[in-house]
Amino acid sequence: MSNSNQQSEQQDKNKVMTRKLVMVTLIMLAFGFAMIPLYDVFCEITGLNGKSNGLAVYEQQEPDTSREITVQFMTITKNDMPWDFEPVETQIKVYPGKEYEVAFRVKNRAGKAIVGQAIPSFSPNLVSQYFNKTECFCFNQQTLAAGATEEMPMRFFVDKDLPEKYDTITLAYTLHNVTPAEQQTQAAD
Amino acid sequence: MSLFRKVALAVAALAVLVLTGCSDQAYNMREGVTEISKEVYSLHMIVIWVCVVIGVLTFGAMFYSMFAHRKSKNPNPAKFSHSTTVEIIWTVIPFIILIALAVPAVKLLIKMEDSSNPDMTVMVKGWQWKWEYKYIDGDNDPSNDVSFFSNLDDASRQQALNAGKYFSGTKIEDENYLLEVDNPLVIPAGQKVRFLVTAEDVIHSFWVPDFSVKKDAIPGFINEVWTKVDEPGIYRGVCAELCGKDHGFMPIVVKVLEQAEYDAWLAEQVEAAKSGPDLNERTMAQLMTEGEAAYNKYCAACHMPNGQGNGPFPSLIGTEVVTGEGSVGKHIDIVLNGVPGTAMQAFGAQLTEAEIAAIITYERNAWGNDTGDKVQPQDIYDMKNGGGE
Amino acid sequence: MADHKPKGISRWLFTTNHKDIGTMYLVFSFIMFLIGGAMAMVIRAELFQPGLQFVEPNFFNQMTTLHGLIMVFGAVMPATVGLANWLIPMMIGAPDMALPRMNNWSFWILPAAFILLLSSLFMEGGAPNFGWTFYAPLSTTYGPPSTDFFIFGVHLMGISSIMGAINVIVTVFNMRAPGMTLMKMPLFVWTWLITAFLLVMVMPVLAGAVTMMLTDRHFGTSFFDAAGGGDPVMFQHIFWFFGHPEVYIMILPAFGIASAIIPTFSRKKLFGYSSMVYATASIAFLSFIVWAHHMFTVGMPVKGELFFMVATMLIAVPTGVKVFNWIATMWQGSITYETPMLYAIAFVILFTIGGFSGVMLALTPVDWQYHDTYFVVAHFHYVLFPGAIFGTMAAVYYWMPKWTGRMYDEKLAKVHFWLSIVFVNLTFFPMHFSGLAGMQRRVPDYNIMFSDFNMWSSIGAFGLGLTQFLFLWILIKTCWLKKGEKATDQVWEGAEGLEFTHLPSPAPYHSFDTPPKVD
Repeated sequence: MSNSNQQSEQQDKNKVMTRKLVMVTLIMLAFGFAMIPLYDVFCEITGLNGKSNGLAVYEQQEPDTSREITVQFMTITKNDMPWDFEPVETQIKVYPGKEYEVAFRVKNRAGKAIVGQAIPSFSPNLVSQYFNKTECFCFNQQTLAAGATEEMPMRFFVDKDLPEKYDTITLAYTLHNVTPAEQQTQAAD
Repeated sequence: MSLFRKVALAVAALAVLVLTGCSDQAYNMREGVTEISKEVYSLHMIVIWVCVVIGVLTFGAMFYSMFAHRKSKNPNPAKFSHSTTVEIIWTVIPFIILIALAVPAVKLLIKMEDSSNPDMTVMVKGWQWKWEYKYIDGDNDPSNDVSFFSNLDDASRQQALNAGKYFSGTKIEDENYLLEVDNPLVIPAGQKVRFLVTAEDVIHSFWVPDFSVKKDAIPGFINEVWTKVDEPGIYRGVCAELCGKDHGFMPIVVKVLEQAEYDAWLAEQVEAAKSGPDLNERTMAQLMTEGEAAYNKYCAACHMPNGQGNGPFPSLIGTEVVTGEGSVGKHIDIVLNGVPGTAMQAFGAQLTEAEIAAIITYERNAWGNDTGDKVQPQDIYDMKNGGGE
Repeated sequence: MADHKPKGISRWLFTTNHKDIGTMYLVFSFIMFLIGGAMAMVIRAELFQPGLQFVEPNFFNQMTTLHGLIMVFGAVMPATVGLANWLIPMMIGAPDMALPRMNNWSFWILPAAFILLLSSLFMEGGAPNFGWTFYAPLSTTYGPPSTDFFIFGVHLMGISSIMGAINVIVTVFNMRAPGMTLMKMPLFVWTWLITAFLLVMVMPVLAGAVTMMLTDRHFGTSFFDAAGGGDPVMFQHIFWFFGHPEVYIMILPAFGIASAIIPTFSRKKLFGYSSMVYATASIAFLSFIVWAHHMFTVGMPVKGELFFMVATMLIAVPTGVKVFNWIATMWQGSITYETPMLYAIAFVILFTIGGFSGVMLALTPVDWQYHDTYFVVAHFHYVLFPGAIFGTMAAVYYWMPKWTGRMYDEKLAKVHFWLSIVFVNLTFFPMHFSGLAGMQRRVPDYNIMFSDFNMWSSIGAFGLGLTQFLFLWILIKTCWLKKGEKATDQVWEGAEGLEFTHLPSPAPYHSFDTPPKVD
């Protein structure tokens, strides 16, 4: 009798522990997915991987004229993207703390409307946290009709806290074709 | 004890023998030609020697014990099973050694990662399976930027295929086999060159051992790495990250020129880019010859030299797109713009109008396709710039 | 309740007996070891000479991918689970595993998972060809259609491993015989307990990664696609968060095996038992904070690289403690060299060589030159073949007499050992050189300057592969043909532990129905 009592007691203990461990498994599974937003937060704080921040607001301030920073603009167009995409100026010199406006030229070579999305990337990676965009075409998808051209503006200022060792910032935009799939097949027919 | 000494001596002698062998070029890491690569090499040699010394001591003790404490010599085992002092010692000593190794490594790493104040910038873009180089000169006129593709050379391609004829007896003797390209990257000597590395499709890795430069090329992101080479010469590297079928067939060749020679080379490139595409009309024979060469270079890796395709890569013989009635437009469109969601790339930006015209003409008339269709560079130019359809 | 065994196929299909399940795991892993090995032979045949002789580059990539996946998930991991099933209940004085029915499931999921994975070889577009690390976007946007079978297979393997791990943890915590305190458990049980915790922590993360791949491929998400705001580097972070602890999942049980065998044949207690336990635990802890050392070239900020470099180097300290403890165990012992001991010693030495190259790889600046070359291939094969696999072989020779009641053929086993050790070094040592000289990983063809090293590696690999048929014969002879002298209950003169002191050889089908007394 006592033996079977002991046995069922043992089984209850095992069940409780198994349940706990299954919980741990599920928590770790959730953690795997949570790594995505965590990583984004981490990137935003540290500038890891040169991902850029969202929209910034420029407050009137005295520019730091003691040093000049070279800002280079680079454009990369994905192979399946039938747009010409280039900066109007490939590089400018800026004072930290002053707001500037530059523009990028786009032309849709295709015979149909195309939706594009530009993704920015900085080099050196860490400067992204000191580069503030107050207006950018990269915040939204852009649609161009067949054969259309456009100049897309981008306003920014470089933070005065930018460490001294950085004198060149490269901002590269990669332009992706994000035209919805059904539109693409329609056009192909 | 004397036997122990003999064994220890033998082990040490062996280690020295192996290590002297290791200093030979072919066995060991390359010293390279930049200040950084030389420092990397010496750090590498320091770590090797630290490991060898620790290894000789540890394994020496072990082999001594294996020999001296075997049952026939030592029938009564000792009884001890722990000693706090000894355990603390062998925790602390490795710790100190590691710190001693970490200090120079940290210093060197900080130096390697300092890409500030470059003299010039080259964008490096990895493609399946070639490299694209773009020289960014900073004169605010993008049309002055020189860019070109760099593919594995035809000789290597041919040799790989010949050796592939199942023990044809062809032995590969070319010392630059798989390490030669058609258009090398050219940089000037004595200048700090910054590479901005990115990729079109999958992750590649830009590796030139002689410069101790290795950086992943990640689609959608740019990474930077730099080098300063004082000695003009030709340096060879490879793609280091698995990027699909022809990962082993996309070498990197860097030609370092004296500043004056480099300037002349660059001026020539800018001139060539400005003169516009060659749209001269060609005869059928010309198109077929040029087409065969270009096809073997850009298309044969997937569609095979005989056009029969391979696995996921479709055959080009007698198919709708290639031989179908009135399919020329579709055919050109596919070559120019690729097929989204498949491995078929858009070649519009990579190849010249003349190359594309020749390839399409070749595909439509080779391997018994015999459609008789002739596509001229001008047709391609019109389709590219008029939006086609 | 005598020694009653059910008969026929249903015994194996429905068994809940830890010994039967352990046997099935071991047999399964040996089959997978031979299949994965055959793929290695294809790889080495192609690399025997420069030029493309046997296979096409795409098929070559399928071989490297499947070789890696099968060896990691099909051979090494199930082998250690098999040993855990056989040994843990006997070592802690339990009648069986805590959750016997789950134990049956966790085994029978495995063959299904590998049939799925291997079937991809016969599919349109071929098997997965993106390396066992399946980096996005090569495995997402550019993966072959069979990638979905691979994803489903990985899910199944993950479920199997997690169930196995939960079983071990519950068994160790709840089923110990009275008096068997945690700090009295054999080290094999300790290392497996820690391994099981690692499994429960990281296999779900892998499951998450492949699920994200699946939704990226088919359901329009873009976790790893820059166009939709994702990041391919993110994939590598998630993968290696699983991947690095995975390395210790494969090697920790082998640490436990060496800690059982070396004291037996030295006829001396294990030196520094408690420091062994703490060292294992700290290795496991460190394994969670070093993952990015696999990614030094992806472009991390300097501070990140420095952190991962230093954390990685720290692993050398507890690992060093273990090696020194094993040597101290042998020191002034009374050593004999039966096959298990030979394998254990080879394990210590060759694993340490793999550890040395590990320290070299940890240094970020030089890693830029080693990364993704054959130097790395040499490093992890030294840790895995003479590490995890020699450890398993040592265990099989050591406990086989207890399992079957018969001694294996010592002469043949020694031949097996000496051939293995010669060929393992001939295969993998030249890879250090070809890697340093500049040969990158995962290529079907190479420049002529690497010809000699590759030729030696290939010869070594063929020898190593053939040698394992001798192992198969030894196993058949002992287990099936029942040849060999009868083993005593203690089996080895210096053997300790409940399985040797409290149970006869062969161990009965049901052991420790009443818990033993442990003092």
